[in-house]
Amino acid sequence: MSLLFLILIDNSVSFRTTEICFMSVFVTVGTTSFDELTELVTSEPILKILETKSYSSLLVQYGRGHHQVKECNTAGLKINGYRYKDSISGDITNADLVISHAGAGTCLEVLGARKPLVVVVNEKLMDNHQFELAKQLHQDGHLLYCTCSTLGSTLSEMDLQSLEPLPAPKTNKFGEDLTLHFQL
Amino acid sequence: MAFLLITGLLVLFAIRLFYVLFHLQEKPSKSLKTRSVLAVAGSGGHTTEIVRLLSSLPSTFRPHSYVVATSDKMSVKKIESFESTEGSENKFTLYKIPRSREVSQSWGSTIITTFHACLASFPIMWKSRPDILLCNGPGTCIPLCIVALIYKVLGICATDIVFVESMCRVTTMSLSGKILYPFANRFYVQWPQLLQQYPHAIYLGGRLV
Repeated sequence: MSLLFLILIDNSVSFRTTEICFMSVFVTVGTTSFDELTELVTSEPILKILETKSYSSLLVQYGRGHHQVKECNTAGLKINGYRYKDSISGDITNADLVISHAGAGTCLEVLGARKPLVVVVNEKLMDNHQFELAKQLHQDGHLLYCTCSTLGSTLSEMDLQSLEPLPAPKTNKFGEDLTLHFQL
Repeated sequence: MAFLLITGLLVLFAIRLFYVLFHLQEKPSKSLKTRSVLAVAGSGGHTTEIVRLLSSLPSTFRPHSYVVATSDKMSVKKIESFESTEGSENKFTLYKIPRSREVSQSWGSTIITTFHACLASFPIMWKSRPDILLCNGPGTCIPLCIVALIYKVLGICATDIVFVESMCRVTTMSLSGKILYPFANRFYVQWPQLLQQYPHAIYLGGRLV
């Protein structure tokens, strides 16, 4: 019992220190270009909101975009950016908040890593079927969903504790069903 | 005479086609110990999904072989890394096929490239003759499924088509899904919303990947 209590204290302390010192935001647009988003997240108003939410660093993966994010310090945040990496999973794991385009692969990877996710829909691609998944995951309470014009209010009003973790897929069921069907 | 012969063959083909189509839902009768799987890897997300689907199948669904688009190096990497984690004793075969439709290609030229891909599908299915053709939505799977059906009608192989709609599809079916819905032996969807329009699809209570 006392051991459990100690673990609880220990966790809360370490959680608080990360909250104060190293909270970081990772922005990713995948293999697309989404300049509207990469420009927006590095703009003064959004940086101010992030700073008041006690985030201290911002990493932007800007993909095919023209707007290149370079290393700098603005509005109390350490900013850095890159175009592509073989795998962004390390940057997802290191982040405390991920802001991403609505790509299905990215959504699943971020939610699979149990990271809070804000999906920003590119309104210029509104009919794209890729949004179906992000929309559904938002309806089921797994992520926040907004457009560039509402990103500011979404970030300042967000309650990350209310997000539901994504349930694991029913991988076994597929094998079981096929085994039954093919009488193996 | 030749005319009669051709008509006769066509009628036979049509009868056999109807027979095959009416027995799609039947359980395969051959009691085999293993079933070979030919998986159609599309690109990017599709390949990730198909590899996850294969990894959730027991080892009775072996050997694996794959069809990838000629220009797709990423998928080959994903497949190789998956098969190497499964153990080195598992051999797999890779077949290459020209893409039936590049993103943003016009519909007119799509017909020509699809025809090209269809031609390439005949030798692939001839060599592979899998028990199961597993596909999850990329356009490449259509010509292969057509050839699988033709070979089944002709009695060349007994391939069953297993279609799993991509988990990205929540409310609208992909074009491949719409085309294959009447032909697939097992047709899975990963969201219950799709059952309204496609009531014969199989939903197993959640995502599969």
